[in-house]
Amino acid sequence: MDERIRDRIETALKDAGGQYVEVHVEEASSSTIRYRARDLEEIGRGSAIGGNVRALAGGGWGFASFNDLNSLEAKVRQAVDQARVTGGERVELAETPPVVDHVPPVLGRDPGALSLAEKKAVLDEYADVMMGTPGVRSATVGYTDARRRMVYANSEGSYIDQERVDVNLRLNAQAQNGADVQQYGVSLGSLGDFEFVMDLRESASEAAQKAVALLNAPEVKSGEYTVILDPILAGVFIHEAFGHLSEADHIYAEPRLQELMQPGKRFGGAHLNVKDGATIPRPTLRGSYLYDDEGVQGQETDLIREGVLVGRLHSRETAAKLGERPTGNARALNYRFAPIVRMTNTFIVPGESSVEDLFADVEDGLYVKNWYGGMTAMQMFTFSAGETYRIRNGKIAELCRPVKLSGNVFTTLHNIDAIAGDLEMNEGGGCGKAGQSPLPVSNGSPHIRIRQCLIGGA
Amino acid sequence: MPHRRSVAIVSPEQARAAAERILERALRSAGEAEVFYAASENTSAGFEANALKGVDANDAMGAALRIVKDGRVGFSSTSNLDDLDALVEAAVETAPFGAEAQFEFPGAQSYPDVHPYDPSVEESTLEEMVALGERAVADLRAYSTEVQVEGGVGKSTSTIALVNSRGGSVAYERSRFQIGFEGTVIRGEDMLFTPESESSVGALRDPSSVVASIIRQLEWAKETATAETKSMPVILMPTAVRGLLLAPLLSGLSGKSVLHGTSPLVGRLGERIVDERFSLTDDPTLAGPPGARPADDECVASRRLPLIATGVASAFFYDLQTAGQAGAASTGAGERGLGSLPGPSTSVLLVDEGDTALEDMISGMDEALIVERLLGAGQNNVLGGDFSANVLLGYKVEHGKVAGRVMNTMVSGNAYRVLNDVLALGSEGRWMGSLFAPPIAVGGISVSSKG
Repeated sequence: MDERIRDRIETALKDAGGQYVEVHVEEASSSTIRYRARDLEEIGRGSAIGGNVRALAGGGWGFASFNDLNSLEAKVRQAVDQARVTGGERVELAETPPVVDHVPPVLGRDPGALSLAEKKAVLDEYADVMMGTPGVRSATVGYTDARRRMVYANSEGSYIDQERVDVNLRLNAQAQNGADVQQYGVSLGSLGDFEFVMDLRESASEAAQKAVALLNAPEVKSGEYTVILDPILAGVFIHEAFGHLSEADHIYAEPRLQELMQPGKRFGGAHLNVKDGATIPRPTLRGSYLYDDEGVQGQETDLIREGVLVGRLHSRETAAKLGERPTGNARALNYRFAPIVRMTNTFIVPGESSVEDLFADVEDGLYVKNWYGGMTAMQMFTFSAGETYRIRNGKIAELCRPVKLSGNVFTTLHNIDAIAGDLEMNEGGGCGKAGQSPLPVSNGSPHIRIRQCLIGGA
Repeated sequence: MPHRRSVAIVSPEQARAAAERILERALRSAGEAEVFYAASENTSAGFEANALKGVDANDAMGAALRIVKDGRVGFSSTSNLDDLDALVEAAVETAPFGAEAQFEFPGAQSYPDVHPYDPSVEESTLEEMVALGERAVADLRAYSTEVQVEGGVGKSTSTIALVNSRGGSVAYERSRFQIGFEGTVIRGEDMLFTPESESSVGALRDPSSVVASIIRQLEWAKETATAETKSMPVILMPTAVRGLLLAPLLSGLSGKSVLHGTSPLVGRLGERIVDERFSLTDDPTLAGPPGARPADDECVASRRLPLIATGVASAFFYDLQTAGQAGAASTGAGERGLGSLPGPSTSVLLVDEGDTALEDMISGMDEALIVERLLGAGQNNVLGGDFSANVLLGYKVEHGKVAGRVMNTMVSGNAYRVLNDVLALGSEGRWMGSLFAPPIAVGGISVSSKG
């Protein structure tokens, strides 16, 4: 992408027609290093250049993505033509001031400044440590870093040139005994800092030992349990259980859902506070940014305050439709996709209990840690633990096979009866929605306790 | 709006020529090389709140380069075909660290006569696609105005070319047309989602089977019923066969899992592993379903591969490198996107039908659960065959009749154990994208429910 791109974009936008038009152009490069057992399985480099145009006309949107930047002008016309096919009432966008800005990447130890050999030297050790653990049958190490330069411009005069670097690592160990195969994994990530994936010998060794220990762990019987979630799994829980439902694009077009999600509705006890924001709790997390993909500034949004719904996440369109302010949550995975409402950094605000208090009066329950994944379908959600322990008489007892937990947003948040003060943010993995996955986000929480949580076990 | 033919669309011969140019450039720097080139375009009409909300069009092209230099594999990919030097340099840079190549690129060979392309897809106009969607919306709203409809109608065409330094060369076009809608009903705090989709290599002219399936789901879910926490027989609808059983079974049958000892099927080829009525075949040569192809993504000819034949584990599926490491041969199951090296994967899967009508399965049950849609399936340790999921849409059977929808319910178990306890195999299989499966009734599955 050369510096003439700005002129080309601005010329293309000038005669675009339509109610509103925006252009994204992007240049990206990435490195991947993957191990299977002790061997390097894949090492590769990728580069991409492409863009898209999104236009508003008629009663809806036209969107066109492309790789060939020479077709920019044609794509602007195409997107406007496509939008004109839509009918119905005119779409309004919430007002935001046009922004012209240049945003350099947030960088710690820049992975782009390291050679493949230097990265490989760090990762080699993790595969060796896991494979060297007695009982481990196989292991995987998956590392990627990606640098994206994103240029955004719209017909209202915004022009933002942003750059970001995303770093991602997953370690996974597998142990096997006859037909029984168990595994344990950890996921880590950072915004532009290779340091986060260094010095993880200890974590690799722990993952390997946990995979082996799972072979002899008993299964938990299906049913309802009191569960205590560690900060990592509780972060996934709040992301799935509530975060997705607070994305206003799910509700803005559906009057009955709006009734269900009226501000002021009680979702939990007075100790429950939930926030999302690209600038909080730190501006250097994987879900952090200065401007979203509609050029709206990232900010802090209270979703639940003292148990009551007070806010939701918006694009300019959903904000206008619901008569609220845009929150800077319109994000696209890359230039192949239109921005949709997404979370950034989502977390449960620390409470006043100590972690010990949470365990103290649990006679029989489960302590669930780490994650495999999570899914949501509005009111129902599931999330799966990477690690499960029985709690007996207030103490952490035996290791069990990992369980899947499920709940209903209208009851489960009420069943959170204690929130500790030890907030931790998890930057591993990514979020998927409408085919756009994995989007860098972070989520977190202190330890929390949930009563009567449904468990799928044996 | 006039039908617009995009500049991005390329013929197989143009794609092959583009791939050959990259290959020629790469062979100046490496002894062996392979180029995977793909160009695609798709258009979709999206509906929201019962109306057309947007039209998307995506053009994409790119190339991936795999080289073997001093016995090691280097890899790079790009969507910037104006800078081939950078593509080659990146692959050369990675090669010294790459995996040892345990394969040779396949040479020239003949490929089966498979054409996963139908010109009717490209010929479909946006107006026709919008009209199909409007009809689906109208038919569902005619059934009940309580139903909110969203979804879309989409079409895509792509051109793939693969060439390598040993003379292997294949180029072909693919097409796909899809109709997918979801009916949503909200009553109080109770949300019901009933999605359905249909896809084909040729243009679809009629949304009625999608609409009929959504209406059947809405009918079965009209009443609510309660499930108890206990083990009970379960009828897995085809969508649940896919959601619950497929990931664990394919993990076990993958040549890579077998090679690394993380499959429960290691050393069990030829052994009966599930009920003898159960057969699973990968067949990329089948005409009609999306996913068919004359060759895999490594220039290996496609062929029909029975994976489980009458309950017996009969083959594992391999790509070139994994096969080389395992001392086996590629089964033509090398698959990849542009951004990564190939790995073993299936393409068109068929689960054999049985002879029990769904109606008879239901009427034969005193107490059972019908599982249709799942949430969170596969997000657990599938390596040993385990599954666990929330039943997003499921129904209770009482005294041989569908009593109503169950909520707040989970199912969990093990795919191998469940398939060793088959009560009946359905006679009414259906295609779901590239998978064909019938309903299957199985014995005890652990059900947990808040009732």
